[in-house]
Amino acid sequence: MSPSAHLGRVHMQRLLAFFLCLMLALPAAAQDADAPIQQVMQTHADLIAKASRRTIQTAIDALTASGLPAAQEVMERWQDKEMWQDETTGLFVFVEEIDRDTIRIFDISDGTDLGEVPDDSYKQLKPNSGVRGLIAAGLVKFQLFDDSPAIRRLALDAIARDPEQGHLAALRDVIADEPSPALAAIMTRLERLLTIEFGDDEAEKIAAIAHFDGDLGVDARAALNPLVTTRIEVGEAVPEGPEVLRTLRPGDEALPKTQAYQLLVDADLAPPLIPASEVREALIRNIDGSTVAGVQVASLNTDRARNAAFATLVAEGLAEPAATEEEIDTALAAYQFFEVFIGAPPTVALAAKDVLSGIETKLALNQTADLALDAISLASIYFLAAIGLAITFGVMGVINMAHGEFIMMGAYTGYVVQLFVPDHTLSILLAIPLAFMVTFAAGVAMERLVIRWLYHRPLETLLATFGVSIALQQLAKNIFGTQARPLTAPGWLDGSMVINDVVSISYIRIAIFILALIFLALFLIVMNRTRLGLEVRAVTQNPRMAASMGINPDRINMLTFGFGSGIAGIAGVAIGLYAKVTSEMGSDYIVQSFMTVVVGGVGNIWGTLLGAAMVGSMQKGIEFLNPSNTLAAQTYMILFIILFIQFRPRGIIALKGRAAEA
Amino acid sequence: MTDTPSLFPKYAGGLGAGPQSRPFIARHPSVLIFIACLALFTLCVTILSEGFGIGVVSTSFVKTLGKTLCLCMVALAMDLVWGYCGILSLGHMAFFGIGGYAIGMWLMYARTEIIVVQSLAAAPLPPTAGEISQGIATQIFGVVGASEFPPIWAFAHSLPLQLAAIVIVPGLLALVFGWLAFRSRVTGVYLSILTQAMTLALSLYLFQNDSGLRGNNGLSGLQNLPGLGDVPQSTVSIWFLWASALALGLAYLLCAWIVSGKFGSVIRAIRDDEARVRFLGYSVEAYKLTIFTLTAVIAGIAGALYYPQAGIINPAEIAPIASIYLAVWVAIGGRGRLYGAVIGAAFVSLVSTWFTGGQAPDINLGFYTISWVDWWTVLLGFSFVVVTLFAPKGIGGLIDLVPSPNRHGADLGPDAGSLRESEADR
Repeated sequence: MSPSAHLGRVHMQRLLAFFLCLMLALPAAAQDADAPIQQVMQTHADLIAKASRRTIQTAIDALTASGLPAAQEVMERWQDKEMWQDETTGLFVFVEEIDRDTIRIFDISDGTDLGEVPDDSYKQLKPNSGVRGLIAAGLVKFQLFDDSPAIRRLALDAIARDPEQGHLAALRDVIADEPSPALAAIMTRLERLLTIEFGDDEAEKIAAIAHFDGDLGVDARAALNPLVTTRIEVGEAVPEGPEVLRTLRPGDEALPKTQAYQLLVDADLAPPLIPASEVREALIRNIDGSTVAGVQVASLNTDRARNAAFATLVAEGLAEPAATEEEIDTALAAYQFFEVFIGAPPTVALAAKDVLSGIETKLALNQTADLALDAISLASIYFLAAIGLAITFGVMGVINMAHGEFIMMGAYTGYVVQLFVPDHTLSILLAIPLAFMVTFAAGVAMERLVIRWLYHRPLETLLATFGVSIALQQLAKNIFGTQARPLTAPGWLDGSMVINDVVSISYIRIAIFILALIFLALFLIVMNRTRLGLEVRAVTQNPRMAASMGINPDRINMLTFGFGSGIAGIAGVAIGLYAKVTSEMGSDYIVQSFMTVVVGGVGNIWGTLLGAAMVGSMQKGIEFLNPSNTLAAQTYMILFIILFIQFRPRGIIALKGRAAEA
Repeated sequence: MTDTPSLFPKYAGGLGAGPQSRPFIARHPSVLIFIACLALFTLCVTILSEGFGIGVVSTSFVKTLGKTLCLCMVALAMDLVWGYCGILSLGHMAFFGIGGYAIGMWLMYARTEIIVVQSLAAAPLPPTAGEISQGIATQIFGVVGASEFPPIWAFAHSLPLQLAAIVIVPGLLALVFGWLAFRSRVTGVYLSILTQAMTLALSLYLFQNDSGLRGNNGLSGLQNLPGLGDVPQSTVSIWFLWASALALGLAYLLCAWIVSGKFGSVIRAIRDDEARVRFLGYSVEAYKLTIFTLTAVIAGIAGALYYPQAGIINPAEIAPIASIYLAVWVAIGGRGRLYGAVIGAAFVSLVSTWFTGGQAPDINLGFYTISWVDWWTVLLGFSFVVVTLFAPKGIGGLIDLVPSPNRHGADLGPDAGSLRESEADR
């Protein structure tokens, strides 16, 4: 294309655009200036055009009060900066921007397309964030009347998130007409909460406060807590009046002397204290050659020497004297300190305080319940980790330090299964028997190759299995890497069972608890109701006698060890669901598992159960007392167990008689 | 105790006053051989070192050798308590670590003090003791967000007191723990698990930032001796090598002396049949407690010599796995004979360093390359199993294969009683 032709084409375009504009300007004038919504807007046109947070409420109220069906869309578009004003006529239009210079305008009353126009004579309304917040608050009222319960629910959530004075009236209007009982309950609750915050008179507020007696909701406490805020004030005398909560004496726990004195200083009732650093700075200021106030600088390396030199400086008038202890006490004694409610009028504050203290009591009870649930779930994890050990160590007396690595093996089996089977439910169902098989095989192999030769040398069993443990751990690291691998629980185990705002427990923990119960039952059935169990007990009590009765002790030992290891594998799948799968996960549990078995009493499954319950609740209890520090909890728990074993060396449930000898 | 024999009846009249009148060294030539080997080794390293000799052996390798001597020393303690007394303690590396922390506190305090005093010297006023202490605390505890000395550091300014702590703290801990454990007759694997729990508790405690020992940062910069900043590390490393060799030699003599006498017979008897020894009227608990505490002290001293050479100590060093490795060394070296423990610790720790340090050549199998950094631990674990199963005497057992003219009767090495049938059948 030649340059001149290009130029001509540009000219043509400009010309065309000009004519188009002329034509388009015509329908723009045809918009409905008399529509009721436009009328309402025009009444407040100035406010809307120059919207500010302080003044715009009138316009929004007018819009919401108009009851016009178009009002909601107008406010939404306004909020989204899609409403423009025609600078010549002052009429408002909805706008869709076509490009930098062209816009498509729509009538605000019925959304009629008024065609494309150049944007020169239109001005975009750009409400700032404060104004947009107010518009949103106004919009909530429309949403509360919406037909769809989902939108009403959203509106309620929005109110709960960011309550405004205006919402209260709106809520009161809609509660009576709300068809859904669930939503009505939420509305009532919100209305009470808003009444506490924005209610008109004290009686109304106190009634609303009383409504929350014993309520555990976080929102209730969040609404009540600001009401009982107090401040410590100082004055010549304690004022008479209900707002004074109590008087304080400086030096009390609630009001240390330094803080009390600072209050005096802040109220201009006393001179500020000279800080300790002032002594040093005054001395430095007055260094004259190598002396300060006649004292050699080099000798000022003790506090006493410095204070003496400073006293000289004060005497010479070169430094401000520091207030002495007596002066501070005198100043403090001259004034009264008292605590006043500042969050609300005293009657309301006292009512809130009453309700809050009731809530605290109930809260403490519920927290205890929550803690108990946590403890039970931790105990079931320890029980799961320890139950395999209760078989190999408790029943057979074989100390297997690689038990933790069998747990890890089970967890990695689950991870590998999930790599091949993407469906989580199916993969977990597959992983459990597979983990059992893998660890059963590993256990049998270890029994045949290592443990069989060491049955009468427990310390050497411990060492050899340590060797296996070290090797297996590193092997897992070499194969799967050092980073944690996920073992994802099926979707239906996500989330948690919420009993109230304080007490909740995740489904996965419930599943682990149930799994622990299943294992307990399985153990009891296998040990007490099957031929294998009978033979196992016979072989543990007296292998020679058992052999003479036709039982093959070698086979039984192998199977028992495999069974214990297999259970460790399944426990690994369960633990992997709850924690990450790493090569070190076994060693995280091994000491606690042994503790559980030893504390419970070797050779008794009920003992293991009690041991797990004790170790679990113990750890949670200590964690609760010192929540920031789980390391400390573990430390103290282990120390406690060491002490506990002093008093019951054979555990909670000690075997007696012939069984204890074996 | 009134009915039981005294703990050291034999030594009342001094060494060698018993029925055997031959001197101690003559009865136990292996001690002399060991001391001679150690002296020769130290001499060779000194001659080959950078600091005092021709510079063939690098300073870092001298440090590795010095550290290995310390590990041999703690292995010696482990052998005494496990190989001779039958207490499989999985807590001796904790005592080792405590010794390291005790000396580390002084090293860190004293070095920081020098730095702080130097930096405050430029100030217009000479610093007070309080300001110096404040400055040191800020320097040391800045990493854990504190600026006050915790009470545990009360004696850190004093070298003699911290040196005393190296002995007293592990000793006292072992005494209290051992008293509690032995009193309630916790034996065998239960005791092992209990000591392991103690180690775990200690390391978890030290991992906390508010434990007062800088949490998982540990103590660092320990290789710099306060006041000797201008002495090169090549010289310092040789000093520590000498100190470690001396300590190892003395510890070996002490252990050999203990196990050679009646006391040694009693603890071996406890290992082999505790109940029988008790019925014979010996106070088994007192013997065990003595050995447990004594070995804890030896471990503490070894740790105090080890960590200035390592330069850094943190709670991971105390983790239970460290004590397990200690048992591995002793078992591979051959427990129940003192030189076995030393050989095991030296061999395994040096080979470990060689393999994990990346010096060992990787093996290319075509489809897979065995990288020793990854596979060494696997090999170690399995070889440990193999040693436990097939060679319970360990490397030290090889010495028995050497024919010796005066092998007769009970004079089989320093510990004739190790791993006899009576133990194997139990």
